[in-house]
Amino acid sequence: MSTATVEATGVVGTRVLRKEDPALLTGEARYTDDLVIPGALHLAVLRSPYAHARIGRVDVSAALGMPGVVAAYSGADLQDLWGAPMPCAWPVTPDMKNPPHYPITPDKARYVGDGVAVVLATSDAEARDALEGIEVDYEPLPPVIDLEDALADRVLVHDDIGTNTSYVWNLDIGGEAVDQAFADAAHTVKERYIQQRLIPMAMEPRACAAVPQPYGGDMTLYSATQIPHILKIMAALTLGIPEHNMRVVAPSVGGGFGSKLNVYAEELLCIALARKHGTPVRWVEERTEGAQATIQGRGQIQDIELAADADGKLTAVRVHLVADMGAYLQLVTPGIPLLGAFLYAGVYDLPQAYSFTCQSVFTTMTPTDAYRGAGRPEATYAIERAMDALAAKMGIDPLELRKRNYVGADQFPYTAMTGLVYDSANHLGAAEKATELADYAGVRAEQQRRRAAGDTKRLGIGISSYFEMCGLAPSRVLASLNYGAGGWETATVRVLPTHKIQVVTGSTPHGQGHETSWSMIVADKLGVPVEDVDVLHSDTAISPTGLDTYGSRSLAVGGIAVAMACDRILDKARQIAAHHLEAAHDDLEFAGGQFAVKGTPDKALPLAAVAFQAFTAHNLPEGVEPNLEASVTYDPPNFSWPFGTHVCVVEVDEETGAVDVLKYVAVDDCGNQINPLIVEGQVHGGVVQGLAQALFEEAIYDADGTLRTSSLADYLVPAASDVPPITADPTVTPSPTNQLGVKGIGEAGTIGAAPAVINAIVDALSDLGVTDIAMPASPQRVWETIQAAKGGSK
Amino acid sequence: MRISVTVNGKTYEHDVEPRTLLVHYIRETVGLTGTNIGCDTSSCGACTLHINGESVKSCTMLAVQADGTDILTIEGLARDGQLHPMQEAFRQNHGLQCGYCTPGMVMAAVSLLKENPHPTEAEVREGLEGNLCRCTGYHNIVKSVLAAADAGVPA
Repeated sequence: MSTATVEATGVVGTRVLRKEDPALLTGEARYTDDLVIPGALHLAVLRSPYAHARIGRVDVSAALGMPGVVAAYSGADLQDLWGAPMPCAWPVTPDMKNPPHYPITPDKARYVGDGVAVVLATSDAEARDALEGIEVDYEPLPPVIDLEDALADRVLVHDDIGTNTSYVWNLDIGGEAVDQAFADAAHTVKERYIQQRLIPMAMEPRACAAVPQPYGGDMTLYSATQIPHILKIMAALTLGIPEHNMRVVAPSVGGGFGSKLNVYAEELLCIALARKHGTPVRWVEERTEGAQATIQGRGQIQDIELAADADGKLTAVRVHLVADMGAYLQLVTPGIPLLGAFLYAGVYDLPQAYSFTCQSVFTTMTPTDAYRGAGRPEATYAIERAMDALAAKMGIDPLELRKRNYVGADQFPYTAMTGLVYDSANHLGAAEKATELADYAGVRAEQQRRRAAGDTKRLGIGISSYFEMCGLAPSRVLASLNYGAGGWETATVRVLPTHKIQVVTGSTPHGQGHETSWSMIVADKLGVPVEDVDVLHSDTAISPTGLDTYGSRSLAVGGIAVAMACDRILDKARQIAAHHLEAAHDDLEFAGGQFAVKGTPDKALPLAAVAFQAFTAHNLPEGVEPNLEASVTYDPPNFSWPFGTHVCVVEVDEETGAVDVLKYVAVDDCGNQINPLIVEGQVHGGVVQGLAQALFEEAIYDADGTLRTSSLADYLVPAASDVPPITADPTVTPSPTNQLGVKGIGEAGTIGAAPAVINAIVDALSDLGVTDIAMPASPQRVWETIQAAKGGSK
Repeated sequence: MRISVTVNGKTYEHDVEPRTLLVHYIRETVGLTGTNIGCDTSSCGACTLHINGESVKSCTMLAVQADGTDILTIEGLARDGQLHPMQEAFRQNHGLQCGYCTPGMVMAAVSLLKENPHPTEAEVREGLEGNLCRCTGYHNIVKSVLAAADAGVPA
């Protein structure tokens, strides 16, 4: 089988404007709440105001009498609708505790926002009004909001399992070698970091609509989801609907970042109630509702220890995490900390001395799950902050310490101590480029000058070098992690009789521009204009098989499937062309959209003619079927490993604690770039989310377990005036893993950013003796840190 | 209450509940869903449209308050199948990804340039403080608006 290479004069690698844009720019695109669904009932969910409470009587009678109300139900009323509890697709250990979780809780509320009753009415306003008519007898119980309190099992979130611990997971490389390395080490550091809970806040609130199809048992669910394929299977299993009767459609989706990679109570409620009532049922969240009812990200106590020799070369890494699951396990909640488990040695050459343990606990807060980076920003933060701690302890520059430890460019493919093979990288190259763009030496000189002058506007520079493990994933590796699905992706490419191209992909874009990128790949492979390619996705009736979009996987897996399908198309087309031109296969070359006999350029057949011949089938060679299409399911042989170095320059106002980011440089390497415009956009957006964790965002729960930051007025998603321009200037180290040499980029920006910012702030204050500052580094926190440091130093 | 509103040049008359927000009226009654709802605290700006030439967050206004006004929504910006220069600038500069904040962002940006035709980068960032985006990190949005200003928007 041949692999036709992408033509050097093609569109791949150029800044093609996005095909998706006109519909989005004019308001024509339809998001889920935009859909007009005649006769739909509106669902509203009554949510517990208590973080932890037994539920007694639920009286919906008053609600039933309110205007527009068609029905109202308690959790107990709905129990017989569920064929199974809500799904968790990642049982990370054989003894992992996954207590039953129902779309509406029948017995106990376990977080503020936990659904306890529902109303169906003829409008959204009437449904929400009627929630106030429902009476619930709550018996409040003590909340569990502190992770160390959860560990102590003082108050149990789930009585039946006898503990708050869901699982303990270990990765031990080298056994006693770890302890020995710490015993022998010239230098050690032991640090604790807190990964605060974050609220994803995609700009489009979650929404769904279940529409029973007439004259049959079919059900269509429209949902603002990243995972229509997975959702279809899970909905079928949970509700006992035959899978072939379920269709899931994701209309335009307004951002996900992992928060729409899930199976949510409201989706299951809409389907179940649509079946029960024989009418469409729809729902949309209000923003403050969504802050509670949509999964949150992060939530970890991280203890990390590094052992190093006299030169600062790492000899061992030891990590202990306590991870906050929240009240229930959602789709991949337990696996998130483990996605980072392999990465706490970062980009550094480490011998086989690595110990990682994660203990995950239930709390009475919103369930956590995937949020941009999902486990890898956490890992990168811990190792990159700890490296700065080690550099400070040794009294050497943090860049110098990193240079002594980077895996060298010539060491790739590099088999890490975990056994994972990192395909390609050049950490020193990225670091040198980033520090030069940030004028590292110049900033250091200015920093010295300001310190000597006693300037209260303190300059700091911070580095973060990262590896990212994405492009989920080789299915056999997922098996070894007990993940409940594979990591393949599908593509069908079809050359229509009139030479337009149809691509059906199993990916589910929600802002990443896959229609444009897949069109570019096909354009170069088949020699057609980008405009002649139509990419179909996000509807299980049109794209029946796929594993959707998350984990920066779509290009590295889905895009490769598209490329491979084009190769198969050309193989078949070559056979038809050879037959028609009466030439041997190997005598033909494909260039400029046509097959030509080598050395006889006027003996040629354009792909368009081949497609039409395949359609009419009047004279096809023996054994060749009509039509010109090919389908591929590609299971990647490895993860993809983007890497990079970010450098952040800050100015900290000693008197107010205000942090101004003066410069942010991101050198990210995702291998070959299909569309540099799209890659830059992903880096910009990713960096700002990581920077926002460092400076602005935190989901704050009070002592009663109430979420105090549930609106955009108090949860600080940054505005344009809060963030700097980003200098995104890549390096390109092609991946040897796939034919396009590509890696993922969707999460890399977020993975690199937070430690770069915090390292910079700590650096700005290091001469005061400051060694750490918690995230988010608000002016209050920075000011208090400065005061404490000054008070302690004489 | 009976209200009469002109939207994108067409006049509508409807009976509305006094408590109906303008954004819900536009989306559900007039049927123009380009204007989006992204929050419930008037923080995000996804609902931004123009009333009598001024940008307004339509979630902070009641439909009855819009009685007799002339409203322009994102659907009214492009003319005869041609994108408005601000929309074109966003396209040229990759100023959108998922597109959800985009209608409000574009309407706010048009209004910004009307008041300040040649803003500095800082003025663009401050001027768009009321419009949140989660995808782009704002870098290319700012670039788009500055490009539109260079192209002479508003012309």
